[in-house]
Amino acid sequence: MTLKLLFKTSILVSFTGQVFFAQNNSNPGVISGNVSSTVQYYNEDTLINAAEPDHKLGANSFANINFNKGNFSAGVRLESYLNPVEGYPQGFNGSGIGYRYANWNNEGLDITVGNFYDQFGSGMILRIWESRQLGIDNAMDGLKVKYNPYKGIYLKGLIGKQRLSFDDGLNNGNGIVRGLDGEVNFNELFDSTLANSKLKVTIGGSFVSKYNDDNNTPDFILPKNVGSYGGRIAMRYGKFRFFGEYIYKENDPYPDQQDENFNYIYKNGEGVLLNLGYSQKGFSVDLNAKHMDNMLWRSTNITVQPTDLLIGYLPALSTQHTYALAGTLYPYSPNSRGEVAFQADVLYKIPKKSKLGGKYGWDIGVNVATAYAPERKFINDDSTARKSYTTQLFNMSDSLFFRDFNITIGKKINKKLKLKLQYLNFVFDDRTVLVAKNHELIFADIAIADLTWKISTHHSIRFEVQNMWTKQDQGNWGFGQIEYSYSPHWFVAILDQYNYGNPIENQQVHYLLGTAGYIKGPHRFTLAYGRQRAGVFCVGGVCRQVPASNGLTFSITSSF
Amino acid sequence: MKKLITFTLSLFILGATFAQLPNNVSIKDIDGNSVDISKLNNGGKPMIISFWATWCKPCMAELNTISEDYDDWVDETGVKLVAVSIDDARSTGRVEPYVNQQGWDYQILLDPNGDFKRAMNVNNVPHTFLLDGNGKIVWDHNNYSAGDEKELHEQLLKISK
Repeated sequence: MTLKLLFKTSILVSFTGQVFFAQNNSNPGVISGNVSSTVQYYNEDTLINAAEPDHKLGANSFANINFNKGNFSAGVRLESYLNPVEGYPQGFNGSGIGYRYANWNNEGLDITVGNFYDQFGSGMILRIWESRQLGIDNAMDGLKVKYNPYKGIYLKGLIGKQRLSFDDGLNNGNGIVRGLDGEVNFNELFDSTLANSKLKVTIGGSFVSKYNDDNNTPDFILPKNVGSYGGRIAMRYGKFRFFGEYIYKENDPYPDQQDENFNYIYKNGEGVLLNLGYSQKGFSVDLNAKHMDNMLWRSTNITVQPTDLLIGYLPALSTQHTYALAGTLYPYSPNSRGEVAFQADVLYKIPKKSKLGGKYGWDIGVNVATAYAPERKFINDDSTARKSYTTQLFNMSDSLFFRDFNITIGKKINKKLKLKLQYLNFVFDDRTVLVAKNHELIFADIAIADLTWKISTHHSIRFEVQNMWTKQDQGNWGFGQIEYSYSPHWFVAILDQYNYGNPIENQQVHYLLGTAGYIKGPHRFTLAYGRQRAGVFCVGGVCRQVPASNGLTFSITSSF
Repeated sequence: MKKLITFTLSLFILGATFAQLPNNVSIKDIDGNSVDISKLNNGGKPMIISFWATWCKPCMAELNTISEDYDDWVDETGVKLVAVSIDDARSTGRVEPYVNQQGWDYQILLDPNGDFKRAMNVNNVPHTFLLDGNGKIVWDHNNYSAGDEKELHEQLLKISK
């Protein structure tokens, strides 16, 4: 063992030595990296169901270290979950290396070995990505080759396994993902005639297949290889813009314990995304439509956690709200079995120095988003082909999953004051996302006011008030926050969320939280103490419930 | 294996120099053209690179505030601001409308899967970098509160002398 290690070390030393000394006279290379860490100390708080775990302390830490020299780069990410912070998904334990890669590129050829992230088109067919806040990391481990053989032509190929969990090191799933993607930008390809054309066209196509035999159920013969393919087009003409993508997924039966109609069905999946936009200075309209059916796409076909081993990404056609009550109480996430969804977005700026706009103008935004279940015709073939049902593109049923209507108004009042107002109206079917405890339609209205007062060059105060009115679930909520910042280094904030409308009287709780932060260039330290409300974080068709907590949170991020 | 990598890295660290733009990242601009990040430059003048998203309130506050004085900054220093949106498929469609509504005169790049963000070691947005005329990162800041743009402006004037 020791001998083997010594041997490996000597090889490595000679390798790194070569990298260094052979070109010692020129640039020796660049090291860069970043560190982030969140440490939480928990108090027990039975009122809000916040548990005090045996270990009392949670700490998630990450450090990326990258080396670059000329056309070569390599890096690692060290990760540590001691213990994982409460509410993080399962499968993150211990300390070790969770990501490592080497990359070489030259003359349009780019090769990565080890771990990598990537995306084909909008990500419906393949999106390999990470989000540390959400605890999502489906990094591939294998080989990726990108090649740009001719101007305007971009090719990508990749093969690998996906990250499943972390236990003192990286654990990959068993499935193998293989993908090819090509893209042609006609304006770059025919640049002599089309470089300055008003019409711009890019087309692309992808093929992704997975191999896995994780699931050896005695009841069904499951396909070990499943393919998925599709194409996309992006066009612009002056101020108009269009994007369309179609993805087809072959039948990929997986268990669905909640509904027999979706359990081990041999049905293909289909996804369509359409986006049409018009945009000029001060005014824009953006229209989106989506049809998605049976597009949950993983490199396994056994039951895993919702965020595990995802190959594809299911985008929600709705605004990602940033204000607390609108963002995390009833956040919409696409139904993974399928949905038909639409969104319209209009932005307008009442011009500066106009009669209506005053000195600074007004920003106005209106957004509407809806999602419905597809109209499914069930064919009761469970004992034969098990295709289960048929659908037609954009044919929706009258069962509403979700509707979000919101208006935002922004106004700079004078040199010192900026005001933002927002009103939102939600209809939210809890059966699709399972956020609240009771299955029902939730109707909610939310009003928000956000005022920034710039006292002087370095001092400013921000006030935020929000209220949510609803008769369902936990009833009404109020929210207030005051944040003082001393630019560029300090801020303190205090916020309270109050569930004053909770039908259960002793659950009408204040969630008081104080935060302070110090920022110096790329270094950021924050300290928070108090109660944090339970919330839901959704992304790409998956949601994660974060339980309420009470205690102290310290976090640090830094890069170099 | 872990020790080996630590060892290798400590060797590498001996040779560290100033951080600059990565040379293996290519992302798209708002017109769909590929942009090789290593070729991103401003003809020997300083450049600001700011990572933002349409769902990030402080990011938009920062870029809107700079936008008010941007013409003056360009006159003074010749600076170019590159605003890199990290919006993904859910919200990339909102980038161009928002940019137009606000009338930003920045170069807009789209980084939907975070390739550029990762290469620049950005943990969270907003994260703003100032590069001198040689493409060297001379200052960066990971936050925005009202008034922070003054420090950026001062740094910018300092390197433009």
